[in-house]
Amino acid sequence: MYFRQSGYYKTNYKSDMALLPLPIGQATAIGYALLFFVILPLAFDEYLLSIVNIAAIAVVGALGLNILLGYTGQISIGHGAFMSVGAYTAANMAKYLDAPFWLTLPAGGLMAALIGVIVGMPSLRVKGLYLAIATLAAQFIIEWILNHTPVISGGIQASIEMPRPEIFGVVLETQAELYFFILPITALAIIATFNLVRSRIGRAFIAIRDQDVAAEIIGINVYRYKLLAFAISSFYAGVTGVLYTYYFGIANYEAFQLPISIDYLAMCIIGGLGSVMGSVYGAVFVTLLPIVIRFFMETVGVFFVDGNYLAQVIAQMRLILFGGLIIVFLVVEPEGLNKLWQNIRNYFRVWPFSY
Amino acid sequence: MDGETQFLIELVTNGMLTGMMYALVAVGFVLIYKSTDAINFAQGEFCMIAAIFIASFVFLYGFPLWLSIIVVLVLMILFNVALERVVLRPMIGRPVVAIIMATIGLALMFRGLGPLLFGAETRPINLPIPDLPIIWGPLFMSPIDVLGAAISVIFLAGFGWFFLKSRIGVAMRAVADSHQVSMAMGINVERYFVIAWVLAGVVALLGGIVWGNAIGVDTQLAALGLKVFPVVILGGLDSIIGVVVGGIIVGVVEALAAGYLDPYVGGGTKDFTPYVLMILVLMVRPYGIFGKPIIERI
Repeated sequence: MYFRQSGYYKTNYKSDMALLPLPIGQATAIGYALLFFVILPLAFDEYLLSIVNIAAIAVVGALGLNILLGYTGQISIGHGAFMSVGAYTAANMAKYLDAPFWLTLPAGGLMAALIGVIVGMPSLRVKGLYLAIATLAAQFIIEWILNHTPVISGGIQASIEMPRPEIFGVVLETQAELYFFILPITALAIIATFNLVRSRIGRAFIAIRDQDVAAEIIGINVYRYKLLAFAISSFYAGVTGVLYTYYFGIANYEAFQLPISIDYLAMCIIGGLGSVMGSVYGAVFVTLLPIVIRFFMETVGVFFVDGNYLAQVIAQMRLILFGGLIIVFLVVEPEGLNKLWQNIRNYFRVWPFSY
Repeated sequence: MDGETQFLIELVTNGMLTGMMYALVAVGFVLIYKSTDAINFAQGEFCMIAAIFIASFVFLYGFPLWLSIIVVLVLMILFNVALERVVLRPMIGRPVVAIIMATIGLALMFRGLGPLLFGAETRPINLPIPDLPIIWGPLFMSPIDVLGAAISVIFLAGFGWFFLKSRIGVAMRAVADSHQVSMAMGINVERYFVIAWVLAGVVALLGGIVWGNAIGVDTQLAALGLKVFPVVILGGLDSIIGVVVGGIIVGVVEALAAGYLDPYVGGGTKDFTPYVLMILVLMVRPYGIFGKPIIERI
């Protein structure tokens, strides 16, 4: 339910269709842009920027999965596999064709979208449990094929080295340089998703999520839109895979296995299903969690845990906290961090007269 | 009999034995799915955590095996009652993905908790059986597999009887059929949800013992959970016989793939051939070989 404060009147279609109709929204967007494009790169050192970079890459993938899971209601446990498709496509193009990033990024995305459509094909006939398992199967099958096809995966260890991205002859090496490579793509992905979900396509997705039989009856071609959702979601995943490959300098299927797919599902759940900003919060949260746990264990935990086991204990703590958080969010706040943030905002907007 | 046939027969027999053991794990999944509509992605982790507790009690605290099994059985039942109350009951009626994610969260917690409490070493569960292979006509069978399959058959038969004849079993089938009608007939649906989770916990304990005995106990045991899905899809979610059939299909297909395909493609076919087969079945029959199509209404 949308209701707005009075006093903002729309007098033409353009203002009615604006992405940010309220002045405060525009101010916030400009504020974010300033923060991320000017203040952060100046204030953060290499280490902190590397965290921001990884989070920014994760945001793209989480947005993609949320389009499929949160907006269209189709579950996919194979998001990691789609990323690996994008990653290997880009790595092969860079290796054999010497392709620059502005070619490999869309190509990786498109290849992943193609595979995504193939994987999504059963979604016409099966849903729920069966679709979950079909996508899980896709995850295993894609993994196995990549690992056992040296033509695609480059033979030894199934990994291909990736050259650093280049812009106008400048090779991007440091975290700060990569930051300005990754962040515009993330920003573009966020804006594109905002626009997608309020378009005709996005509304069709939401109709399918809420009740697909009813959606079909009101004239939505359910099969086509489901496949489109798989394609768009996998495109995002493919782009994420390409970004990871550029970031780490290597394409390897081991970076995109089942636990990664589950991480992305967790981002959507924790952030909030069916919300764009939720995907952003969720991705940032899930990326930061292991870093915070590591920091905590290395400063406080050393007093309780034998130093030799510290790495192991950190990994186990991460699993426990991660699993626990997923459950807590699902039971206590199913709409995730996004809803929490909105609750806080609404509380303060009418504070102190909340009645 | 020439070597080729001998090899084939051996693969098929051992595949069937393994398949029976898969069925034991899968039946816990079916129990929960049928009666509560919840998809339990943590079934493998349930087996793992039960086995880890049993093996650790024996090796770290010197419990005898039978005592440690009983202690873990009690713990498992208490835990599952609490789990159903705190986590799964609030989730009734929520979208499928929410329940899947909750059980995945549970699975992650188990994977962290087991090694955190008892260390990550691999420990055995030693059931009192001989090591020598059982030779029966032309067949060589490992006693561990035979025992595992035998335990599976006995308990699956027990469950079959339980569902067909006992009062609780009949009530559970009614709950599985329709929550609303069962309520109208005076069945306390919520109580049967608890019973379903407790039974699933007991089955997981058995699965943990059988598989822990066969392959040793560490977090790798959780990979069993991933075998459950091809089993239930191939066999269907409707009957215990279906689960057994699915288990045997998966076991045999795996054994044949490992025997005939691995030498050509360099290993690892065991883990993904059941999934390929499952996808093919889903393409032709979207609700599994024995499954019933669901009719949807608005």
